[in-house]
Amino acid sequence: MPTKEEVFEKIQAALVDALGVDDEDVTPEATLVGDLGAESIDFLDIVFRLEKAFDIKIPRGELFPEDILTDSKYIQEGKVTETGLAELRKRMPFANLDQFAKNPAVQDFGNLLTVADMCRFVEGKVEVTD
Amino acid sequence: MRWYWIDRFIEFHSGKYAKAIKNVSLAEDHLHDHFPYYPMIPNSLVIEGMAQTGGLLVCEHGHFQEKVVLAKIPKAVFHCEATPGDTLVYSAKIEYIREEGAMISTTSHKGDVLHAEAEIVFAHLNDSRLGNLFDPATFLRMMRLLGAFDVGVAADGSRLQPPARLVEAVEGSKA
Repeated sequence: MPTKEEVFEKIQAALVDALGVDDEDVTPEATLVGDLGAESIDFLDIVFRLEKAFDIKIPRGELFPEDILTDSKYIQEGKVTETGLAELRKRMPFANLDQFAKNPAVQDFGNLLTVADMCRFVEGKVEVTD
Repeated sequence: MRWYWIDRFIEFHSGKYAKAIKNVSLAEDHLHDHFPYYPMIPNSLVIEGMAQTGGLLVCEHGHFQEKVVLAKIPKAVFHCEATPGDTLVYSAKIEYIREEGAMISTTSHKGDVLHAEAEIVFAHLNDSRLGNLFDPATFLRMMRLLGAFDVGVAADGSRLQPPARLVEAVEGSKA
């Protein structure tokens, strides 16, 4: 059973390999897109590496529910609606959406996911000790 | 212009791994520019050959129904050069295949010497504008030309056969 520190270290290694960044760049607060430069194809690569590192399955859309952002019932004039935000909160309990919810522009969604969010995501799938 | 950067498959195990050879020859025009009087196969074309080896393996696993495109090279390391007269053996192993794409790990060897190693990510695209690039006849011709069905082994251990979907598409287009 890994500790939270070991979960972070494995995620750090996965991000270093997938994104070509340095260890010290991968801090808990770093955003994947804004700070670490992840592009859409990188999420596929990252998901591969997380599945391998933790021996878990990550179905499409679980880490990054892109389907919500392309569903017209959740989007109005380029922004996520209240219903959409509620759905995002339900699907992404590991992410802090409070800041995004203040101005939920679809184009900014990609930049909300942090390394700490990914740690919480993995901790929801594997048993972790302190 | 032909865009074949492997010459022949020597192993092809459906859904698992493949090996292909690439003979480097002074008859290839580009070697005379890369570099003048110091010909060596460009590393980018070695990666393309590795990607063709692994990409066809990924395509075959999905019965050529997915539009498989090279999306990302997370890692590529070259340990030495390959020059005219060298035979490179590209090995590609499928690490993951899922709905959105696949990843392979791949190496290039000159005899026993490790020449290069890489990881390559492929994406499955759902874009009708790419339709002509994924013509069943092209795939069937390419797989036959490269000898994939001569050496190929299906997942159940039987001899690899051309997918019925490709054969039907080609036969249908002749009718």
